[in-house]
Amino acid sequence: MNRPAQAAVLFLLGAALLHTGTTGLYLRYVKAGLRPLLLAAGAVLIAAALATAWYERRRARSREGPAHPSRRARRQESHPHPEPRVAWLLSLPLLALILVAPPALGSYSALRSGTALRKPYGYGALPAGDPVPLSVVDYASRAAYGHGRSLHGRAVRVTGFLALDRSGRPYLVRMALNCCAADAQPVKIALTGALPPVLRPDAWLEVTGTYTPRLAHDPVNHGPVPYLRVTATRPVPVPHDPYDETWNT
Amino acid sequence: MAITEDAPPAASEECPVQEKADRRLSSPLLLTLLLVLAVLAQSPIRGLLGTPLMQSWTTVFVAVTVQALPFLVLGVLLSAALAVFVPPSFFARALPSRPALAVPVAGIAGAVLPGCECASVPVAGALVRRGVTPAAALAFLLSAPAINPIVLTATAVAFPRDPEMVLARFLASLLVACAMGWLWQRLGRTDWLRPPAHGAHEGATKGETFWNAVRHDTVHAGGFLVLGAMAAATLKAAVPAGWLRAAAGDPAVSVLALAVLAVLLSICSEADAFVAASLTQFSPTARLVFLVVGPMIDLKLFAMQAGTFGRGFALRFAPATFALAVAGAVLTGAVLL
Repeated sequence: MNRPAQAAVLFLLGAALLHTGTTGLYLRYVKAGLRPLLLAAGAVLIAAALATAWYERRRARSREGPAHPSRRARRQESHPHPEPRVAWLLSLPLLALILVAPPALGSYSALRSGTALRKPYGYGALPAGDPVPLSVVDYASRAAYGHGRSLHGRAVRVTGFLALDRSGRPYLVRMALNCCAADAQPVKIALTGALPPVLRPDAWLEVTGTYTPRLAHDPVNHGPVPYLRVTATRPVPVPHDPYDETWNT
Repeated sequence: MAITEDAPPAASEECPVQEKADRRLSSPLLLTLLLVLAVLAQSPIRGLLGTPLMQSWTTVFVAVTVQALPFLVLGVLLSAALAVFVPPSFFARALPSRPALAVPVAGIAGAVLPGCECASVPVAGALVRRGVTPAAALAFLLSAPAINPIVLTATAVAFPRDPEMVLARFLASLLVACAMGWLWQRLGRTDWLRPPAHGAHEGATKGETFWNAVRHDTVHAGGFLVLGAMAAATLKAAVPAGWLRAAAGDPAVSVLALAVLAVLLSICSEADAFVAASLTQFSPTARLVFLVVGPMIDLKLFAMQAGTFGRGFALRFAPATFALAVAGAVLTGAVLL
């Protein structure tokens, strides 16, 4: 890949980074905190592309100029350090990002790895509202480690996507993310009670329900998977940030 | 989509290799063809990538690349600045002249590079080009991603109940980095290192040299980063997690299993502590091995090292690093954890 082509790839890559950073697309792949770095990297890549193009142009002009360089010098110039062929691979993430823009990790990944639920330090005060809006991680840790006592018998409302295991048992899942989707791990709640008749994996649901002491164990890592007795469900669009980032602080 | 349509003219406009174009397809033309073809074949490509397996593969692949690119760019900028604006005499003065002493100094200096392993490879490459003794540059390469404040803070957050994990990680990583530096100094041969590529880092002015280095290193290391991201995505999306459960039972097997896992997963060193924390079925020593091996050698790093220092170097350096990292981590774990 010669220098003008490299400049084009760098420019496109920088533009793609700026695009993901400004539209919120980046939240499908990395944590929210990386946004300034993504934008800065995009700007640097574009600057490098423009600088390369400018220097190439200047080089070409000085070569065409009245003072013709000797044949030898010219040959040396046209055979610089061999340009890296591996650079072609950079077009792959570019195409994946611009053309495909894959969705955030869903039920397929969620069922392949065990629940990442960890014992919390303590339970914060319940947010106001009836039903109480809680994250999947928050409900799961209150139910699995606090026996639901911190919920004071109140109804809760949880948002996540559906995953169905091999036996068809429905889970409400949210992927918890630390840095990028490669380290995302699921936190699962098993659903029981009044479920809609048709369950589609990866569909996002807002579930209202109450605590039930029933507890299952994740078949992958034997982690605790608490149950939620569902009273109502409502399909919702994919949230702005599909991952749970509460463990990042 | 506007982006894809704008760029090709810019690429073909300034093509300086008119003479070559007659003989073979020039790369701007090839790139344009590739992009146009990809846009035209959009829907079949989407269909192919529509299965859950391919979808999660693509997501992880894009995620690893997008996450690592900013750090790679940071490392490349730093290394270009080192190569252009810092005179070689600075390193001669800053580092002890005896290589045996320069190794630990460079290892500790790794603590000041904030970032993950993607940043340390180009910086170490620039250090070698600037005449720093390879042993010291390699100690820096190995220690920087593991002992900088960002990574140690992340480790402390991920292991809130055992702060000795942070200390163990710091000590074990520094120990292994220095050991590798000294080992290189005793056994290493300069001809294993690919002669530093000068052509790509030259220019008429300082500005041109700087941007040349930035362009070359980004494109070069970035290509290898993509290779590593593909391997990591394959592992994450296609290898059953049940294998890990089987490995956790035996202490020796669990150490080896997590060491191999660290190599294969290629997680950024700023995030690996959280993954280690979630591997609750494994012993603390095995998890320390995961934390020490990961930032020093993984698929992505191997590809990048092979690109920067040559394949002959990477083939010798990687197994030695792996063995020493496992040994150092087990030793530290036995004492501290």
